[in-house]
Formats: sequence, structure tokens, C-alpha cells
Amino acid sequence: MNMQAISSEAAATANPASFVSSRRWLLWSGIAALCAWVLVPIYLVALGALGGRQGVYIWPKTGLPTGISLEPFILFLQTEGVVRSFLNSLGAAGITVALSILLGAPAGYALARYNFVGKDSYRLLVLLTRAFPLAILALPLTVSFIRLGLYDTIVGVGLIHTVLALPFAALVTQGIFLGVPKELEEAAWVFGCTRIQAFFKVVAPLALPGIVATAVFAFVISWNEVFAASVLTVRNRTLTAYLLTVLSESSMHYRFAGGLMLILPSVVFIFAVRRYLFAIWGISSK
Amino acid sequence: MTQNRPWIPYLLILPSVVFLGLLFIVPLVQTIWLAVSEDGAPSLANMQRMVTDINFMQSVRNTFLLTIVVVPVQIAIALAMGTMVAKIGRGRETILWIWTIPLGISDLAAGLVWLSILQNSGYFNSLLFSLGVISRQASWLSYQTPVALFIAIAVAEIWRGTAIVMVIIVAGLNQVPKEFKEAAEIFGAGPWTRFWKITLPLIRPALQSALILRTVLAFEVFAVVYALGGRNFPVLVGEAYNWQNQNQNYSVAAAYAVLIMVISLAATLVYLKAFKVDPERLP
Repeated sequence: MNMQAISSEAAATANPASFVSSRRWLLWSGIAALCAWVLVPIYLVALGALGGRQGVYIWPKTGLPTGISLEPFILFLQTEGVVRSFLNSLGAAGITVALSILLGAPAGYALARYNFVGKDSYRLLVLLTRAFPLAILALPLTVSFIRLGLYDTIVGVGLIHTVLALPFAALVTQGIFLGVPKELEEAAWVFGCTRIQAFFKVVAPLALPGIVATAVFAFVISWNEVFAASVLTVRNRTLTAYLLTVLSESSMHYRFAGGLMLILPSVVFIFAVRRYLFAIWGISSK
Repeated sequence: MTQNRPWIPYLLILPSVVFLGLLFIVPLVQTIWLAVSEDGAPSLANMQRMVTDINFMQSVRNTFLLTIVVVPVQIAIALAMGTMVAKIGRGRETILWIWTIPLGISDLAAGLVWLSILQNSGYFNSLLFSLGVISRQASWLSYQTPVALFIAIAVAEIWRGTAIVMVIIVAGLNQVPKEFKEAAEIFGAGPWTRFWKITLPLIRPALQSALILRTVLAFEVFAVVYALGGRNFPVLVGEAYNWQNQNQNYSVAAAYAVLIMVISLAATLVYLKAFKVDPERLP
């Protein structure tokens, strides 16, 4: 290749042992720094959430877990509206998961197994959604939702969140079904299964883990969405919408408790699907 | 298997097409119509109101500045993460999991996390105090410190949004065959040359989709700004939210929505053009 590369390689081999170990050291300190960059802020907000009212005004702070207890967090949970908005968030996320899998998985199966006129246009429609800031579509939907009685309901929020999750679900399930060998399905037909039987007895069990991972992602998408949920609800707020509206009136430690409450479930879910993360994004970013 | 019953695939995609038609295409058209009409007749009055609003220029500038600062930093950190993690064997899974945690964190929660660090009696000021940099609590998030507020929002956005870029880039790196790297090594290419001449061109599709996704999301920035700075730092989506909820003026809110969509579409087209992926050069 070029001269520079060769000379730098020559320099590298001049003193291999110390060079390798110092590079190793550099690599691991970089990795450790980036891990701390992710984890330390979460730790600090947890301290804030568990430190209560007094904790906020301790000065200067040490960053050590002193004077913390679960009590402030439990008090936060007992605040009017918190539990309800938590349940609303769960409900909206549940609707999002159900709808995006029920509507998205069949489309993914069609994309994976059939060639049909209009396949490319359908893929274009799905990809088009990605170029749009979808949550903003909640603005005009306010009027239609009021007319349909869906305004300020969990179902309404679930519907708009499904618009966010469905394209993702269709693309990812396509990849998952492509990973199930067609021969297995055809063998089932030969042995007398109907198409539907073959799907549920052969394909579905093999595709299930991937579909569960997709469902978890749909859940996280809905759980974290702020804008559409805030625009479309007044009384039946989701947790994000509730926190956003009470933000300016609530004291600091309540805000931190809210932040922690938003973070915990999604961290658990991401942990549950960690094996599928990269496979899924490999598929959906094609 | 497709000959005898050609309607099957259409039956399978039909529900999602109907759904997206009703809740994506229809509201899209509605938004555009709301923005460019008044009392049922075409009019640019809403656009005019938006443009002459006192916060308009500031929100455009803030949103663009944030995007321009945040997206490249996220790509750079994600590339660094991807190349680092490719070099290690044991512990790889755990480290990747830690780095993907912010993927599950909403922008509102990210704003609240950084609020706990950057508020007046927070950890950042405590650190500066113990280092002797400041003698009393400094405020970073008020309207009097716009630069500090901007940096705070950018840091929170970088903290939260890098994970998704990292996942896309690592997924892309996983698809680069080892042979390419080995061949380059045999021919004497150093790590830097290998990165610029081999790795980067091969992960162009991943880079492209990461850039599109992140840029569209960056123009949608809202809750993180609201959590950290309240209304001290106007951004486009925040203005749309205020026009809709506070002023109850759906038309001007729609005008903002159309503006954000046009910017997002334009950015997507620019990326598609700039990163034209040549299928023959893919692994």
C-alpha cells in the first residue's frame, strides 16, 4: 500500500511488547471511560431520587450513597396521578405491542415469503415513515380524535404509537421470517399440514424469540414517547405526559424520582433482549 | 407457491396498509392542509404568523445548531465504540449491553438525569467547587447562560442518542468480512489506513441509516430541552407544542410541523444522495 502505512507498521514492530501493552491499556481505559459515561449519570439520578427533599440541597455533594432510602421514592409513587399515569403508560404500550405485532408480523411474513406486484411500493411506504417526524402527526389527529371519541384515551395514544412501531415491526419480522428455512415449511405441507397449520406449528415457534424481542422494542418505543402522548391527552396522561406537564411545578427530587421511574423498566427490557439487539438493528437498518 | 393463490400476500399486508393510510398518510395530508389554509381556503397566513413570531428565528437557529453539533459527535463516539469493542474478546457482551442502556431511556428521562447533575446544587457544581474552580453555586441552565444551556442540552442528547447509532454501526461492522481486514494487513495497511479505506466505505449503508435516523430525531428534539431549560431554549417542536397546547392554535402548530417535515425530508434526501451505496461494492 502506501509508504506511510508501511513505515508506521515498521515503527510498531520496533518495540512490540511495550507497544502492545500500552495500546491494550489505552483501549481498556477508553472502554472504561465510556462505560462510566453511560452509568454514572444513571447512578446520580438514582441518588437524587432516593435522597429526598433534603438530599437536593446538600452542598457540596459527594456523590456517595449517604442519606438515601426508599421512602422518598415511595412518597413519589403515592402522589396523586403517578400510579394512574404509570398504568396508562402500560396500557398504551400494551396496545402498541399488540397492534404492531398483529399488523406488522403478517406484512413481514408476506415480504419474506412472497414476490408480488407492489412489494417495492410497500417497502417504500414503510421506509418513508422513517423520514418523517411521526410524533408530530399527533397535531392534526387531535381534531379527528375528538370527533371519534379517541381524544384523551389510552387507545388513541396506543394508535399513534403504533404508527411509530409498526414500520419497525414489519421490517424486523421480515428479517426474522427470512431466517426460518422455507424448506421446513414446505415439508410440513408435504406431510399434510394446511398453510395455516404449518405456520403455527413450524414457523411460529422458530420465529417466536425474535418476535418477542420486536414486541419489547415496540413497548419501549411507546413507553418513552413524550410528544404525541402529551398532545393527545388531558386527564388520562401517560407517565411521560404526566411528568412533562407537572415538571415546572414539581420539586427537584420529584423530578428525579420521575426520571428514575421512566428509566427502570426500559433498562430491564433492554437487558432482556440484549442478545437480539444487534441482529434486529442489522435487519432494520438495511 | 404463489401461483394458485396470488391474493395471499395482499391479504397479509392489507391491515398494515389500511392502518398506515389512516394514521400516517391522512394526518400527513391534514397537517399540510391545516398549515396552508385558513377557513377552508388556501392561505399563507399561518406560515406568516409562524415566521413573524418572536421565537421563530431563535428556534430555527437552536434546532439547527443542536443537530449540527450533536449528530457528528454521536457518529464519532459510536465509531470509537464499534472499533474498540471489535478488539476485545471476553467481556464484549457486557460492555455492549452497558453501552446500549440509553437506548431504552426517553429524552424526557435523559433531561431529568442531566438536570440532577447540572442543577445549582448538583454534582457538577459540587465537583467544580471541590476543585476550587467556583466559590459558590453557579447556574448553568438559566436564560442568562444560553451557551451553557446549549452545551448542557447537547451533552444530554449525546448521552442518550449515541446508543442507537452505536447499535446500527456495530451491526454494520459485524457484516464486514474478516478477510478484508486481513488482506489489508498483509499488504501493510496500518490501523488508520484500514479504518479510512476499508472499514468506513464498507459500513456506508449502516452509516447512512444511522445518519438519517439520528438527524430526523435531532430535529424532533423537545423533551430533553424542556426538562433542562424549560422555555428558556426555544426549539421547533417545542414551539409547535406551545402553539397547540397553550395557544390552542392548531394551524400555526401545523405550520411548524410542516417546516420540521420539510427539513427532515431534505436531510434524508441529502444523505441518500451523498451516500449513494453502490451494491457491487458491498461485502
